[in-house]
Amino acid sequence: MGLRGEAAIVGVAEYPHRRKYDGPRMFMLEQWAALARNALDDAGLEAREIDGLVCSDIRESGMFVPATVVEYLGQPVNFAERIDLGGATAVGMIWRAAAAIELGICEVVVCALPALPIPSNPTPQPLNPMVFFQSSSPNWGSPQAEFDIPYGNLAQNCGYAMIAQRYAAQYGYDAEAMAKLVVDQRASAAINPNAAFFGRPVTCEDVLASKMIADPLHMLEIVMPVAGGGAVIVASKEVAARCKHRPAWVTGFGEHLTIKTPTYARDMCVTPVGPASEQAFAMAGLTPDLVNAAEIYDCYTITVLLTLEDAGFCAKGEGMRFIRENDLTWRGNFPVNTHGGQLGMGQAGAAGGMTQVVEATRQVMGRCEQRQVAGCDAVYVSGTGGVMSEQSALILQGG
Amino acid sequence: MDVELLKPLPVPTPVSLPFWEGLAEGKVRLQKCDACRTWVFYPRSRCSCCLSDQLRWRDVSGRGTLYTFTIARQPTSPHFASDTPQLLAVVELEEGVRLTTNLVHVAEADIRVGMRVKACFERVSPDITLLKFQPA
Ligand SMILES: [Zn+2]
Repeated sequence: MGLRGEAAIVGVAEYPHRRKYDGPRMFMLEQWAALARNALDDAGLEAREIDGLVCSDIRESGMFVPATVVEYLGQPVNFAERIDLGGATAVGMIWRAAAAIELGICEVVVCALPALPIPSNPTPQPLNPMVFFQSSSPNWGSPQAEFDIPYGNLAQNCGYAMIAQRYAAQYGYDAEAMAKLVVDQRASAAINPNAAFFGRPVTCEDVLASKMIADPLHMLEIVMPVAGGGAVIVASKEVAARCKHRPAWVTGFGEHLTIKTPTYARDMCVTPVGPASEQAFAMAGLTPDLVNAAEIYDCYTITVLLTLEDAGFCAKGEGMRFIRENDLTWRGNFPVNTHGGQLGMGQAGAAGGMTQVVEATRQVMGRCEQRQVAGCDAVYVSGTGGVMSEQSALILQGG
Repeated sequence: MDVELLKPLPVPTPVSLPFWEGLAEGKVRLQKCDACRTWVFYPRSRCSCCLSDQLRWRDVSGRGTLYTFTIARQPTSPHFASDTPQLLAVVELEEGVRLTTNLVHVAEADIRVGMRVKACFERVSPDITLLKFQPA
């Protein structure tokens, strides 16, 4: 089953992630075009070579998104997908692009997730009540509207907090270990100019003294919303051979969905990234101990903890000890989120997961400068959507 | 936010109506599948184990244990600003199903995962009664 490893990420583009964005405002279609051009330039490819595209939502249009993007770019494609997997979208984009390439239906696929602010509308719009409910649907007939929102169980913080609280009851909890995870990632972010927290490391004391948002999650254990976005080009073996950089071959992937709301999970502390990662490693013919870095989706500290355990980097219940006993910074013995993760970059909405894909690619390409992991030949990437409800895993390898 | 927002209330569907009618009468009702004996929550038209349509409503005790909780110290949406801190919880009923709820009549310091809880019924509108839980 699976990929032959004959498609690779050959080019990347990333907007600097900033809490206060002071650059020009652009529509998402405009950002799409700019990101696509930048990623093509990075690879050394021409726009007319695009023959596939993977997108997610854009603010300008609620439907026909792929066709709208194709038309705006002026590049016809043989393959177009729109992904609706929240934070797992970026990883979901890459494997679909790689699969389409290996099927032989396209050779150069652009995957972009723009997330800069759009221009303010000169026509004032009524406040859309949907904004309050974020990832929970208030529509009639939606299970969330009927059985979760009325109790205040909406957005993300409380769901992740309840998973962490359950974990604490089952396996024990070490608030300092969770703080150390933030400290390690912020140390990597501190030397990444694209990170919102560039030049701003923190200490365990800072994390534990930050405001309690939903027990046991402190503010610094939760991503900060920022402007950003990124894109990659996935290409065939033939195209990759004439690109500028060492290709990051897509050798394994997995995706697993179980629930929308964790209340209904069979076991809140056993997450879908487990089966997704198992498939990804098996497909790549690797085991967790053989990767040189792990770029783990990190909307919250608890997300990283459970991914470390369920993806097989350590045993169930051992995650806190694993974090304490290993140096997870870019220079550490087990580098995790060498770009700072989203806890260090900031989270640019659903584009957050693209930072992990872009960083993994740059590590394999050997382009991470001060934060480069020496001899980086295999990187694990994860994506997490909803509240540990839809997760994906990817293995990128040099070669 | 100056505007006082009305709390979002459930709007029953034809399938879920017996559940909400039960709460209005002070009863917890769950569906059980006649084909595979699975208890089902939330209410569905088909069993979430075998997809049979042989689901029958039963009155249950409303007793269970606290599966997990959090204390949201920042409102999860502006609608709940007056409820801060919110005691959000997941309760596992004796029948094995889990549901989202709020804890009431309990001090923060006394909340423990695994504690025994029982249903209590909070009428929030002429038509809607929410299912909340308190220590048993
Ligand atoms: Zn059944």
